[in-house]
Amino acid sequence: MLHIIVCIKQVPDSREIRIDPVNNTLIRQGVPSIVNFYDLHGLEEALRIKDEHNARVTVVTMGPPPAEKSLKECISLGADEAVLVTDRKFAGADTLATSYVVARTIRKVEELWGKADIVFCGKQTLDGDTGQVGPGIACRLDLEQLTYVGKVVDVNPVRRTVTVHRYLEDGLEVVESSMPLLITALKELNKVRRASLPGMIRAAGYKPYIWTTADFPDLDNAKIGLKGSPTIVSKTWVPEVRKINGQIVSGESPEQVAGELVGKLWESDLPERFGWT
Amino acid sequence: MTAARNAEQTPDWSDYRGVLVVVEQRDGEAKKVSWQLLGEGKKLAEKLDVQLIALVIGHEVGHLAQEAIYYGADKVFLCEAPELKAYRTRPYSRIAMKVIGEAKPEICLFGATGTGRDLAGAIATHLPTGLTADTTELDVEPPPSRLLLASRPAFSEKMMATILCKQYRPQMATARAGVFQSLPRDAAREGEVIRIENAMTEEQIATRVLDFIQERDKINLEEAEIIVAGGRGLGGPEPFVMLKELADALGGIVGASRAAVDAGWIKHEHQVGQTGCTVRPKLYFAIGISGAVQHIVGMSNSDVIVAINKDPEAPIFQTAHYRIVGDLFKIVPAITAEVKKKRGEVKAYERKV
Repeated sequence: MLHIIVCIKQVPDSREIRIDPVNNTLIRQGVPSIVNFYDLHGLEEALRIKDEHNARVTVVTMGPPPAEKSLKECISLGADEAVLVTDRKFAGADTLATSYVVARTIRKVEELWGKADIVFCGKQTLDGDTGQVGPGIACRLDLEQLTYVGKVVDVNPVRRTVTVHRYLEDGLEVVESSMPLLITALKELNKVRRASLPGMIRAAGYKPYIWTTADFPDLDNAKIGLKGSPTIVSKTWVPEVRKINGQIVSGESPEQVAGELVGKLWESDLPERFGWT
Repeated sequence: MTAARNAEQTPDWSDYRGVLVVVEQRDGEAKKVSWQLLGEGKKLAEKLDVQLIALVIGHEVGHLAQEAIYYGADKVFLCEAPELKAYRTRPYSRIAMKVIGEAKPEICLFGATGTGRDLAGAIATHLPTGLTADTTELDVEPPPSRLLLASRPAFSEKMMATILCKQYRPQMATARAGVFQSLPRDAAREGEVIRIENAMTEEQIATRVLDFIQERDKINLEEAEIIVAGGRGLGGPEPFVMLKELADALGGIVGASRAAVDAGWIKHEHQVGQTGCTVRPKLYFAIGISGAVQHIVGMSNSDVIVAINKDPEAPIFQTAHYRIVGDLFKIVPAITAEVKKKRGEVKAYERKV
């Protein structure tokens, strides 16, 4: 049986965050928490593999206690088990400290339910936007790493290979690798299913495993939370928009406005640069 | 493992000097962002009075080592082997780690591309050190602190954040394409090329790249020189055809605001101002775009900006060189016709000559 572990994060829906225009700070109040949607595409792909092969799907997250809600959502979609690692000591973690704790969590999950064959992460989170935790976990667990995956073409449990399409800026790469491996998921990977009624019923009664630092006796305290984070945010600011004292282009008719504008563009060095002349 | 554990005491990093840029290439062709990073890296290296170092990895990429010197590198580490033809995390990260171990740069920069982020994420964890993703502004504090000030958009591009890595070296960052400027190529520049051996054999690498399908007409906003972008004011998907006609007349490509993309009027790959997409074209048309901060951050470095909007109070006008208040549905086709006329005139003139 394949064991697939899906890493998720509960994030504020940053699309809903507004800036307080008076003191230039973020208004976090009333911003809904969601499962980072790239992670849901990772979960969906894990569930598709489970539909086709014999597989167990475990979801893990590091976060504050309310993140339990996101784990239950994953159970409702079809995950077998869910684990929340939560502790005040984890607070303030950057990507390095996060990948340390998540990697240790995966090791502990493996003790319970067997070695991971495939680990899924989202391409990046909506709030951190770094895309660094996936490679960090792969590195710490010595997994092959396939980032920016837009399609899983083949999973072969016998040969223990996975073939994927990686979507890069300049094209599409077809890559085959060996399990155990880690995949970071793009939106293009699949369409996320809706929870089934039995799934919702199971989720309603499900209690995720909750682990704290006490469950990891050999955790290195210097590698977790703020202390284990080499990067610190020294300041934030609202970007100053470059003000341009532009000219108004107007005219009696659209044609006249167009003539005026194009005339101005043609007076500049643009025609020469683009070979318009 | 370094002795950088005690957060109270700054470790002695005085043997870490220099700025390293990892050059990204495919089939022997460098990505533009690599030369842009050398240009920005040069500024940092000059402020710190240190060398600018480049790392070139691949198969038959010796010429890129030379090019890196022309674009500003003082010293280039070059690793060539057939196994390195296509990027793969393990062999590439091992080589980069070896170079970082030998050259001990205080700053390491990578393009914030799929490959650059993949590689930097692996290396930063191995070392370990701090890595800032997707930076759009880089600076250094003068000696003695020599800290890299790595700034990036945060919270859906609504704010900027400056990130420091005080206790570890090298200080690493990935940086967006199209934000920084490369130095003019100078073939008279000289530098040192140091060849290094590839340590991994094909048998040791579990990942195989079976194929690569290049998408030549893929929308590449970052490298576009003319962008005709539309927003909420278009009211639906159909008017993008009109924008495409203008873009075609000018020889540019179509962009879009987040609002238009979120509404499903145009594909995501056209979006300007999203994470990872800052544009710097010579000419930018903002049509029916009101000008949310993240959009403006994404395009305000364009050389010439034309804004067309029916609302004279739209914030986009404060960032435009040419402001047109009016009905875009009438004005845009008129501009297209005028451009065609001008270019047609030019052609007719050429024929005469």
